[in-house]
Amino acid sequence: MSSLISVNNLTRRYGDFCAVNNISFKLAAGDILGFLGPNGAGKSSTMQMLTGNLAPTLGEISINGVDLLENPKAAKASIGYLPENPPLYKEMTVTEYLQFCGRLHNLNNTALASACDSAIERCGLENVQKRLIRNLSKGYQQRVGIAQAILHSPAVIILDEPTVGLDPIQILEIRDLIKNLGETQGIILCTHILPEVQAVCNRVQIINQGEIVYSASMEDMLRNQNEKFEITLTENIGIEKLADHHVFKSIEVIDEHSFTAESDLTADKLSEYIVQQQWGLTRFAQQQTSLEQIFIDLTTSDKTTLEDNTA
Amino acid sequence: MILTIAKREFRSMFLSPLAWVILAVVQVILAWSFFSSVDVFFNIQSDLTTIKNAPGVTDLVVSPLFEVASIVLLMIMPLLTMRLISEEKRNKTMSLLLSAPVSITEIVLGKYLGLLFFIVTLLFMITLMPLSLSMGTELDFIKIFSGALGLFLTLAAFGAAGLYMSSLTDNPMIAAISTFGLLLLLWMINVNSASISGDASVLGYLSLQTHFTALLRGILNTRDIAYFILFIFGFIVLTIRQLETQRLQS
Repeated sequence: MSSLISVNNLTRRYGDFCAVNNISFKLAAGDILGFLGPNGAGKSSTMQMLTGNLAPTLGEISINGVDLLENPKAAKASIGYLPENPPLYKEMTVTEYLQFCGRLHNLNNTALASACDSAIERCGLENVQKRLIRNLSKGYQQRVGIAQAILHSPAVIILDEPTVGLDPIQILEIRDLIKNLGETQGIILCTHILPEVQAVCNRVQIINQGEIVYSASMEDMLRNQNEKFEITLTENIGIEKLADHHVFKSIEVIDEHSFTAESDLTADKLSEYIVQQQWGLTRFAQQQTSLEQIFIDLTTSDKTTLEDNTA
Repeated sequence: MILTIAKREFRSMFLSPLAWVILAVVQVILAWSFFSSVDVFFNIQSDLTTIKNAPGVTDLVVSPLFEVASIVLLMIMPLLTMRLISEEKRNKTMSLLLSAPVSITEIVLGKYLGLLFFIVTLLFMITLMPLSLSMGTELDFIKIFSGALGLFLTLAAFGAAGLYMSSLTDNPMIAAISTFGLLLLLWMINVNSASISGDASVLGYLSLQTHFTALLRGILNTRDIAYFILFIFGFIVLTIRQLETQRLQS
């Protein structure tokens, strides 16, 4: 499948500060890419460059096969973008605003009416379509922003924190909407909410200090995680004694009775082994290395090495 | 595409009270000035008949009206132009335009065209007053046309300068004040040069007022029209360059 977005050696400097450092990635149709990173990691700069809001210092961006820098108008026609702050003209009504956005994207009158109707329906804006955007609640304004991004059915949709300010039910609706859109279009989802990425995305990419430090499909991420177990025993067995048993690769003691351990054995084999030792097993749980763990590991370890360097 | 942006700009001016208030205030002030000149004309009408080649009603009523209008609008135009681009930046709506398949040139031209629509509306309202005199007297329509054209070009020049100032900042207040300063400076830059060496000086040529006055007298000179067109073109190009630079540096 040809890639919808292909980014090559993209770099952006603000004076001496390098916000985005030589990153490359691709997005295929049907991908929902979770783009993660701590504050100031270069997420928003990357998104702004992908949408033509910011000129890159170096590098190539091609959207749907069209070079963004050489042919910006054609490339931008296949992008729908929701920035961090939804770009709303608050003195207009929802319908007027969406019609204006449609015209900006060269939709003719018949296409415009049907596009507006479907965007309004998909984002659940039927009840507010005649109201001024200024008078809508934050959640509704956010939804108008999303409606604007999907209005012209672009091949690529870039959403920067789309669920901010929504209530839990709306968040679920929007996640469903994103999943639906992801079946036909390519989506980049920028967010701080890690469970959201786990719920919606099929690829994850973590950016830290302007560089991509992690990139994997969701399946790979779940498969490659370390097998960790949380074990509680009634007997107090010393760590030295436990270490003699070579089934455990590493052991971290929590308290007298509990410890976490890594092992090559599968859960049923390991529990069987422990029961055979007659240590009085009371609790045995498989620990999942969550996305959160990966995120923290990758984004904080860099910081410590940086401190080491400066020290 | 340019038209889409222009229409939205024009509409949004009328969605806030600003446009209505400006139209009303300008109309009231100019109506008073118009009324005073008509009054003066009536008082001196009998004396005029004794003078050979006496100035007509167009010279005594219509030209002063346009002159007052240009000064009133010099003060008011910054209020109209201040939010053109700075407000888009402040409300972060600029990214909607920048990520749409629209070039920066189209954005700037669209915004300027929207402003021109408003200037035409304003001019139409102002010109209605002298035209109403045609019910009772004969008017020099060519002179009125030349004056109206002069006023239009002057206002369009004010607008172009204001558009540029608005692209420099994301604070509308600062845009308004600097536009006002720039316009006032360009308006009266010939103040001392006129007294020293007459209209031929460089400063006299740079002044907006010199060129406007020529058109007001009914002199349709390509030199004056070219000045206004170059002025407008220059500031529009500067605005486009400014926005391009901001995309590179922001």
